Amino acid sequence: MRSLIDILDFTTEELDQLISVANDIIANPQKYSEKCKGKKLATLFFEPSTRTRLSFEAAMYELGGNVLGFSEANSSSAAKGESVADTAKTVSCYADIIAMRHPKEGAPYVASLNASIPVINAGDGGHNHPTQTLADLLTIYREKGGFNNLTIGFCGDLKFGRTVHSLINALARYSGIKVVLISPKELMLPGYVKTDVLEKNNISYTETTDLEEVMPQLDILYMTRVQRERFFNEEDYLRLKDSYVLTPDKLNEAKSDLSIMHPLPRVNEISVAIDDDPRACYFKQVLNGKYMRMALILKLLEV
Amino acid sequence: MNIDSITNGIVIDHITAGRGMLLYDLLGLNNKDCSVALIMRVNSRKCGKKDIIKIDSNISVDFDVIGYVDPNATVNIIRDGKLIEKRNIELPEKLTNVIKCKNPRCITSVEQELDNIFKLTDKENMVYRCIYCETKAKIGK
Repeated sequence: MRSLIDILDFTTEELDQLISVANDIIANPQKYSEKCKGKKLATLFFEPSTRTRLSFEAAMYELGGNVLGFSEANSSSAAKGESVADTAKTVSCYADIIAMRHPKEGAPYVASLNASIPVINAGDGGHNHPTQTLADLLTIYREKGGFNNLTIGFCGDLKFGRTVHSLINALARYSGIKVVLISPKELMLPGYVKTDVLEKNNISYTETTDLEEVMPQLDILYMTRVQRERFFNEEDYLRLKDSYVLTPDKLNEAKSDLSIMHPLPRVNEISVAIDDDPRACYFKQVLNGKYMRMALILKLLEV
Repeated sequence: MNIDSITNGIVIDHITAGRGMLLYDLLGLNNKDCSVALIMRVNSRKCGKKDIIKIDSNISVDFDVIGYVDPNATVNIIRDGKLIEKRNIELPEKLTNVIKCKNPRCITSVEQELDNIFKLTDKENMVYRCIYCETKAKIGK
């Protein structure tokens, strides 16, 4: 029995296989509409989330399965002091697979050690969010036809952005990737990601504070939000939150086939005027997330 | 300074100078009902200065703890006044309930009954990470 806690739990072959299944689901949705008939997904969301929970629920319904669960800790036994281990054991009696979001890092891993059914990490604090990475990978694959020899710019909060760290981890296993890191000095990619992931895998990377300067070389621009909840000091947040705001004029020098991605939600870092630009991919990412979650559920349930 | 030889027990020798107290604490020797000598910063031909711990009893000690604090330490087992075994210490692959995760966002910070488990992720640099949140452990903290 497998679970997905960290994107690195899966080999590149397994990720490629998920992408292939997701593409087949997109092409032939009817073929999959009853694959999970009689199966139940438990969505255990100990902190609020709109898109991830709805995406999991939509994924399971489109596979013909059912969903049960809760969307905040107050409406679960956690409010009474139940441990994650006991919750996982209990829910294993009711459902066939668990998707868990928890504010504490490592909680889904604890669940996977105690559940008798597969567990999917749907986000654990600022630690991991592997199904967002699955959505990102499918988006890149569908936009670019593969992962090799791409120049990918990550822009914004590279220090706290877990989606950036996970995606870099996943992409570092492909060849010919070039990474451009665009951030204010205070929000640069942590040193350990550079040494343990980029340098270890011989990935070429550059760091800059100037988005427009590097725009012409990018195949993909991955924008991120500066997250208020990661700052201890409101002043620092206010000073940094508008570091990068992508507006149509900044795309003048960009490639015509650039793909603009964002894990969402956005605040103001991508102007709404860009939404209709054919290069904007962030809402496609949302849809791709659902297809990858469908492929993931099928894989973990072995159906 | 003279410390008597022990008859039955354990001598942990060649501890990097300054780490003896930490090892004493992590082995929980203050709670053991036996004589223990912690000798710090003595001259050593092999390593300049070193710490030594002598435990005058056949208690069991956790060799993983010794390996975590100082993989270069040596352990001598003494029976009837004679050295019967000399053990070399290695870095343990896993540490269970030896150190606590300091990350306030880690699940172990709210679920006290969970074992605090760290895995060796980088042998060369002696890096241990929490198995739950992957926070790096700093030796002795």
